[in-house]
Amino acid sequence: MAKDLAMQDPALLRRLLRARDAIDAASHEEWPVRRLAKISGTSEAHFARSFKQAFGLPPHRYLLTRRIEKATALLRDTDLPITEVALDTGWSSLGTFGRIFRDITGKSPVEFRLADKAAHHELELVPHCFVSAARRPDLNIAVSEKRRRDAKANDGSNEQEEP
Amino acid sequence: MSQGVGVAGIYVRDQDEAVEFYVGKLGFKVHTDARNGDYRWLTVQHPDQEGFQLGLFRPQAPLVDEATSQALDGAVAKGAMPPLVLVVDDCRAAYEQYRSKGVEFTQEPTSRFGSVDASFRDPSGNGWKLIEAR
Repeated sequence: MAKDLAMQDPALLRRLLRARDAIDAASHEEWPVRRLAKISGTSEAHFARSFKQAFGLPPHRYLLTRRIEKATALLRDTDLPITEVALDTGWSSLGTFGRIFRDITGKSPVEFRLADKAAHHELELVPHCFVSAARRPDLNIAVSEKRRRDAKANDGSNEQEEP
Repeated sequence: MSQGVGVAGIYVRDQDEAVEFYVGKLGFKVHTDARNGDYRWLTVQHPDQEGFQLGLFRPQAPLVDEATSQALDGAVAKGAMPPLVLVVDDCRAAYEQYRSKGVEFTQEPTSRFGSVDASFRDPSGNGWKLIEAR
């Protein structure tokens, strides 16, 4: 624990931020650790651990949050078919997109689109990217773990998790 | 003298580097550069905005302790500081101009909602949104 809280070198953090910025700029692309480590000028072995320590979640999960954020924005702001939303945000399979989208947001892409369009928004005065970022899913556990917990909760036979 | 916000500051990792960036690359002017020992009060001003100064400060002793200084440097370096917005008449032109001077853009100009915006960072990690005035 104490080790987790140790200060990271600001120069390293700045380089890790460059890798995160690269994901942000093109979250539909593939981001293997090798590619990210190269941007940060770190070893592959070092990168994932350093990234998680700096930003609180591993790089592949950060990528998922950005893809889902982008997908929710496209569902909300455009009339693009779901298949196109999936392709545009980096998924090669509609099935995987739908499953992970539901795991993270609790709704299918179609349900999300209908619900969000019905809601009234008063965020026109806030620069778009900040609104979008504020709605980014807070994926602090692995998708598989979230799925497992949700399944358990819906089962009814188990005690509720502490709030 | 009109009322309003006169100075708002950001933390930078190196004040000389910050002057080189905000003055040399973005075209701000130095407003005040006053030193007292290790302490340096440094503000810059946008040429079109006389009433406002942007402070370029070090998180440093004696204002904060050493551990806090390191934590703040880390927060800046990982892009955790609040949003900054620079308004320009022509986002694409500003993008070309700044980029040619070596500004690190994190998002190319994008048209949306009747405007155009781009994003860049200063050398320390502070994130700016470059937004075209509507």
